[in-house]
Amino acid sequence: MRTSTPARVGQYAALLAYLVFLAFPFLWLISTAFKPPQELGSLHPTWIPQNPTLDNFRQAFDEQPLLRAALNSLLAALGAAVIAVLIATPMAYVMARHRGRLARAATGWVVVSQAFPFVLLIIPLFLVLKNLRLINSVPGLVMVYVVWSLPFALWMLAGYVRAVPAELEEAAAVDGAGRLRTLVSVTAPLLAPGIVATALFAFITAWNEFFFALVLLKTPEKQTLPVILTHFIGAEGVADLGPLAAAAFLATLPSLVVFALIQRRITGGMLAGAVKS
Amino acid sequence: MTLVTERGRPARRAPGGDRPRRGPDHGAWFLVLPALIPILVLSVGPLLYGILLAFTDAQSGRTEPTQWVGTLNFQDLLHDTLFWESFRIGLLWAAGVTVPQFLLALGLALLLNQNLRMRWLARALAIIPWAMPEVVVGIMWRLVYNPDAGILNETLRDLGLGDGRDWLSGLATALPAVIVVGVWAGMPQTTVALLAGLQNTPRELHEAAAVDGAGAWRRFRTVTWPALRPVALAITALNLIWNFNSFALVYVLTNGGPGGRTRLPMLFAYEEAFRYGQFGYAAAMGCVMVAVISIVLAVFLAGRLKGGLKGVLKGGDEA
Repeated sequence: MRTSTPARVGQYAALLAYLVFLAFPFLWLISTAFKPPQELGSLHPTWIPQNPTLDNFRQAFDEQPLLRAALNSLLAALGAAVIAVLIATPMAYVMARHRGRLARAATGWVVVSQAFPFVLLIIPLFLVLKNLRLINSVPGLVMVYVVWSLPFALWMLAGYVRAVPAELEEAAAVDGAGRLRTLVSVTAPLLAPGIVATALFAFITAWNEFFFALVLLKTPEKQTLPVILTHFIGAEGVADLGPLAAAAFLATLPSLVVFALIQRRITGGMLAGAVKS
Repeated sequence: MTLVTERGRPARRAPGGDRPRRGPDHGAWFLVLPALIPILVLSVGPLLYGILLAFTDAQSGRTEPTQWVGTLNFQDLLHDTLFWESFRIGLLWAAGVTVPQFLLALGLALLLNQNLRMRWLARALAIIPWAMPEVVVGIMWRLVYNPDAGILNETLRDLGLGDGRDWLSGLATALPAVIVVGVWAGMPQTTVALLAGLQNTPRELHEAAAVDGAGAWRRFRTVTWPALRPVALAITALNLIWNFNSFALVYVLTNGGPGGRTRLPMLFAYEEAFRYGQFGYAAAMGCVMVAVISIVLAVFLAGRLKGGLKGVLKGGDEA
């Protein structure tokens, strides 16, 4: 279809406006992270740091236990991603391949769980974990993250299972392979890319999560990155801008890299879902 | 699945069944158990427990045993003007973020659906807000809004639009300022959902309409929108709910201030539960929030969002 020239110009102008809106806070974060204190205190800030420095990064590591926090985040996110995918894959298989009350109930739960205010969940969880002595512990947080990431893990995985032709499984069954054998040797290999994408997505959501971590982790040596980041903002809301920006920038890098790796799969999965509906 | 739920009876063929399933399938249950047990223990169970707590005087760090108090918490809530104020702010915020976000995302999705040169860059950039931790998004915008060293005021000064101000701590500007951040943070997901919906539009229909001389607006109204409607309804319902429930962004930006002007219900309930230790009372707030969310869901379910949900559930999200 042809589009007239004025319309094209309008489209590009609009696209440019969107690009500026999407990019400028992020560029500002990067710029702030590399500025020395006198430039941060300047009343006329500039986009490009005049005397770029790495001091903010050094100072950020001095002020807060960033490495420890990154390690905690990594453990929580890895644990949650691996466990969630391990237990979600078989259930997603049932959701995708069977029609009936169980599959419908599971789908219903996935939808409803998107709508719940977490405060109603966190108070009882806090009490339960406290009785189990799992408050202020990364394993306790992993348990919460697993259940929290199950709905979307099930949703994504069920989509990937549907994309595997059932005929392949039936052919294996005809050849005499049992159900488990079929699952392991026929279905699982075809699902592998989807499983990896789902695990990475669960990893990012756990890496970025804040509310549960804030409530459940009490001491700095147990806290995850998002919680530690808020310590850079003082009680009165006064912040040391340079180290704050530096630490925030660092905390984002892993999720940006992982997301860049899988975003095609996520959007692809959503596209497939929408086309089918 | 009929095989599982109706074990006693002979296996029925799937509706419209082209091929019969194998015999009674107890295997399905074993496949479901590893996920079902944690769901029941750590999700469904606590939710029911949470609802029960709303009818007790549960508090943290108290020595006397927790008492059953009936509907006392709810009666107190009814007269808690601070709570209703935060409820009102929550609704304002949810609508204030969802509506502009939808319009902007729709515009961007329509643009990205065109064959434009900078499309890849827009797609790449759109990933950033989606992948960022909400805490970092909040910190980033604090740097932008910073009264002295922030780029927003500097830009306004350069453009001769006044001397700038402290956006996040002004009574009148705080809520609009956090709403802008909310719109920015959630735009990518809405855009991708709508873009997915746009691929639903049959291209031939579009071209036929163009050949018939239909203008852009007419084509949008008669061809694009009907195909997009289910996805649009679903993403709007989810955005309203997600935004109403949001926490981290505003916690970092203003922590509910100034003077409670941005205190969303989740922030209020969080403080009540984990700062003042009023577990029962905070649980009652959670119940009221669930009731309101159920109404939103019911309204949209009536508008048949079911089909669209498929395309939208991300998942995840971002709490």
